[in-house]
Amino acid sequence: MRERLELLKKEAEAAIEAAKGLEQLRDVKVKYLGKKGELTTVLRGMKDLSAEDRPVIGGLANEVRTGLEKKLTEKEEELREAALDARLEAEAIDVTLAARPQPLGGIHPIAAVVEQIEDIFTGMGFEVAEGPEVETDQYNFEALNLPQDHPARDMQDSFYITPEILLRTHTSPVQVRTMEAKEGQVPVKIICPGKVYRRDDDDATHSHQFYQVEGLVVDRGIAMSELHGILATFAEKIFGMALETRLRPSYFPFTEPSVEMDITCIKCSGKGCRMCKQTGWIEILGAGMVHPRVLEGAGYDSERYTGFAFGMGPDRIALLKYGIDDIRHLYTNDLKFLRQFQSV
Amino acid sequence: MLVSYRWLQQYVDLKDVTPAQLAEALTRGGIEVDVIENRDGGVEKVIVGYVASVEPHPDAEKLRVCSIDAGDEERLQIVCGAANVAQGQKVPVAIHGAKLPGGVKIKKSKLRGISSQGMVCSAKELGLPEKLLSKEQQEGILVLPEDVAVGTDVKEILGLNDHVLELDLTPNRSDCLSMIGVAYEVAALLDREVNLPEGIEEGSAGAEKSLDIVLDAEEDCPFYAARVIEGLQLAPSPQWLQNILLAAGIRPINNIVDVTNYVMLETGQPLHAFDYDQVTDGEIVVRRAHPGEQVVTLDGVTRACDEETLLITDGTRPIGIAGVMGGADSEVTVATTTILLESAYFAPPSVRRTGRKLGLRSEASSRFEKGVDPERIVPALNRAVQLFGELASGRPASEVKTESLGGINDVTVTLRHERLIAVLGVQIPEEAVCDIFRRLRFPMEKGDGVYRVQVPSRRPDISIEVDLIEEVARLYGYHRIPTTLPWGQQSPGALTEEQQIRRIIRRTLRTAGLFEVLNYSLTSPARLSELEAPLVKEYRPIRLNMPMSDERKVLRTSLIPQLIETAEYNIHRRESGVALFELGKIYLSDEKKLTQLPQEKWELAGLITGETVAKHWDQEAKKPDFFSVKGLLEHLFIRLGVENVTMRGARYQGWHPGRTAEVLLDGEPIGLLGQLHPRVAEAHDLDETYVFQVLVAPLIAKIDGIIPMARPLPKFPAVSRDLALVVKEDIPVALLEETIREVGGALLESVTLFDVFTGAQIGEGKKNVAYALSYRAEERTLTDEEVNVLHSKIVNQLGDRFGAMLRQ
Repeated sequence: MRERLELLKKEAEAAIEAAKGLEQLRDVKVKYLGKKGELTTVLRGMKDLSAEDRPVIGGLANEVRTGLEKKLTEKEEELREAALDARLEAEAIDVTLAARPQPLGGIHPIAAVVEQIEDIFTGMGFEVAEGPEVETDQYNFEALNLPQDHPARDMQDSFYITPEILLRTHTSPVQVRTMEAKEGQVPVKIICPGKVYRRDDDDATHSHQFYQVEGLVVDRGIAMSELHGILATFAEKIFGMALETRLRPSYFPFTEPSVEMDITCIKCSGKGCRMCKQTGWIEILGAGMVHPRVLEGAGYDSERYTGFAFGMGPDRIALLKYGIDDIRHLYTNDLKFLRQFQSV
Repeated sequence: MLVSYRWLQQYVDLKDVTPAQLAEALTRGGIEVDVIENRDGGVEKVIVGYVASVEPHPDAEKLRVCSIDAGDEERLQIVCGAANVAQGQKVPVAIHGAKLPGGVKIKKSKLRGISSQGMVCSAKELGLPEKLLSKEQQEGILVLPEDVAVGTDVKEILGLNDHVLELDLTPNRSDCLSMIGVAYEVAALLDREVNLPEGIEEGSAGAEKSLDIVLDAEEDCPFYAARVIEGLQLAPSPQWLQNILLAAGIRPINNIVDVTNYVMLETGQPLHAFDYDQVTDGEIVVRRAHPGEQVVTLDGVTRACDEETLLITDGTRPIGIAGVMGGADSEVTVATTTILLESAYFAPPSVRRTGRKLGLRSEASSRFEKGVDPERIVPALNRAVQLFGELASGRPASEVKTESLGGINDVTVTLRHERLIAVLGVQIPEEAVCDIFRRLRFPMEKGDGVYRVQVPSRRPDISIEVDLIEEVARLYGYHRIPTTLPWGQQSPGALTEEQQIRRIIRRTLRTAGLFEVLNYSLTSPARLSELEAPLVKEYRPIRLNMPMSDERKVLRTSLIPQLIETAEYNIHRRESGVALFELGKIYLSDEKKLTQLPQEKWELAGLITGETVAKHWDQEAKKPDFFSVKGLLEHLFIRLGVENVTMRGARYQGWHPGRTAEVLLDGEPIGLLGQLHPRVAEAHDLDETYVFQVLVAPLIAKIDGIIPMARPLPKFPAVSRDLALVVKEDIPVALLEETIREVGGALLESVTLFDVFTGAQIGEGKKNVAYALSYRAEERTLTDEEVNVLHSKIVNQLGDRFGAMLRQ
């Protein structure tokens, strides 16, 4: 009996080892350990054994069964592993094949620049004020120290709807509206982004419609050095680089003193190139101390309060920042152009 | 304003200042120099030659062979094609090795077999501005004055060794519309002396011609001066004067006109010469025109005047439009020997209005428009009389006659030092301020911390304290203003909720694959009428008073038409699909003629057409359909937290009658979504195209202040039941769902439509719709029985209301 068990064990172990795949392994299991299996058959002969031998042989038989079961489990694991490996090999793909595109559109570059400007100024404590694009002559000109027949009205020939109503030529009327709404309260710290309109023929550098962001600060003790400080900080942030700035005198009817601010050319860092016409400087905005007449007209005592205002063109900043050579690209909405700015 | 660097040196010393340095100083001081033009244009080795003889060319009818004395012992033989070349002339000769503008080099050569040792030049070949040349000068060679020395460099003769600075003057600096004004400015910037033309005596008149001035236009003409000059001999101006005018961009005409222009350039005071014999009784009456009055101006055009037009008349008829243009009748002609010379102050608003109305603008009117210096009116007249004497043998034939309505007020402005420092934010010492006023030549009296400044009449832009602050700042130097950062009370900066929501809308659509576009607010009425915009149908587009073109005539009342245009543009440029949106304003008014500002409403609009996702190696190209675009909008509403948006079929012109829906928020229409009518799409070369438009304000009103609140997660299991119904095909599923939800109540967690189909097995005119319903109670496990009761209630209601049958 012992010999038969030993033989059986050897045979079964060999069969397990030789099994090729889970199917065969299951057959081996049935053949040796199944209800009608060989081990069962051997065990059935136990009843003929003597009382002393029975426990010994019984122990041995159990040992053989446990051993075989363990072997079977191990083999099964091994075979499963191999089968999985084979499947995965078969599933291999060419990972360099083109991706299935995910839809992604884009924000218009001017809108993106306007947002950047808004973010910089809100970070410095400014609010974003808005106002109508169709304006009264009063707000667009008169309240800004630009009475009828003022020579500066020439600088911005306008689209009139009636003699009193026109498309705004700048977002400055929002400054006046805001000051009026604040009824003399300070501080006033706003920027006013929006569309403006002038009677210009559209060409590479002109557009009858464009964007403007103007800003206004009114408080006690505001000096021109603060205008310079805020705007120099803004310039560095919008172009994302260290820059030098310079103020040049200029003229706007609603500010005095009036200045234009240049920055060192962002392309050549001031060495001189085509973009800056070899001067090393690029003009980016106009600004000045709010004219006393504008302050008074909006209900602020110009002796107690001073302020500064500034205005810039997001279109121009977009042209400079993104190296766009023709303002018309911004209004043509060619997808081949817009796609270049999907990351802004 | 064009400023000749050479001419300017007559008034201010520029020996150690190059044109570029001068330009830099002016720009830094607030007068931008746009261009510095080198007038010689690269001309070299072009000298004065004497035409000793002219012979015909043996082999060419149109060519001549000239023998030219150019200062060397040997004469030059030069072949010339100009018809006007003649023996005895002095001409510009480009000798061997000469250079002309544009890099042209002159060498010895042969012309039809005859050797030519150079070239006789025309004015144009020397780079003189063609537009400003007379007809003879444009056609032939340039004939130089007889008195020039042979061999002299022609650049010297023609004033070409000069630079011209083009000043871009801001409207406040009309004082720099004259050489003397520029000289004052340069002298202040560089701290130098100003040399005015020597004191000019009025001189007494040889004869007394009658001259009377009547001012009858109040503030439009408060001051008028005139003088009669006789014995004038009309002739071309001397070369130096022509050179100066050419450098300033003014065409030389004859010595009389040229002198008036010269004096205007020098002093900023426009002068006008009337033919004295055409001025009845030597009387000048300045008055406003009568209604319907007409004047023939010296360009031969008959001008209709109105009561605002300021006229110069001789008491009987108009002889000129004040400050704008003289009359044809009184124009100086070859026969003129006596003139009445006018020097006056015409009020800027009047000249400006008239110039605009008549579409006329001249060097003179642009100066009057900005206000001339009242103290230079008579000196300018005297200067001209002096030059008429020197250059045209003119003699005064009357005294200087002036007429004025009130005197010139002295302007004194006080500047407080403390205020100056407060506004500029930089500590400027008092001595520096005094020095600046000295340089500006503003007489000033200093008190305790204040400066009382007498403003010269040449600077009408200065009238209040801040004007002086600006003067000090620009001469002190803006580059010396430091940068300082805030100050006092801080304010929280932030976008308003509405501004944030607009950003969210744009970002959401961008992430969904749409490109933001920006179109013009102005468009054409035809474009707007292509498809109906029902939400604004009671409004008519607002028209511009004077549009620049038909394409930009009205303010848009819908964003979709231009999205269609943009799509068409891109499809024509081989884009296979287009997905666009715009968030912009529409402009609405129900007034025929605006008396109030229109409503401006933010609208969101989108357009999707064509293959928005191209064919992929294992996937077909994707095109939009109604439900993908509807999904896009719903996606947006979810992002915004806007609930209770529904859709309802609608029919509008320009939209697909069976595939268009109104978008309703709480039952109110806020927009439209649908397929563009195929006829409209085809007209723009578009395939199946879907568009939508939604007003933003109702969304913002709905969202305002809403913060999502957390709800407990479910603790008890849900029970699922399917519901397959057969109903009439034309019943919108939204109605079925409404009933299901209503009956299901709080226990019905969700309703999902998972199948819709029609077919023979369902029956004619019927459709099968299948829903997955999920029931759940918050505080307990639902029993099967409970669910069954509720479920059959739903089925019964659907049966009652819509004749829906459970599908067997």
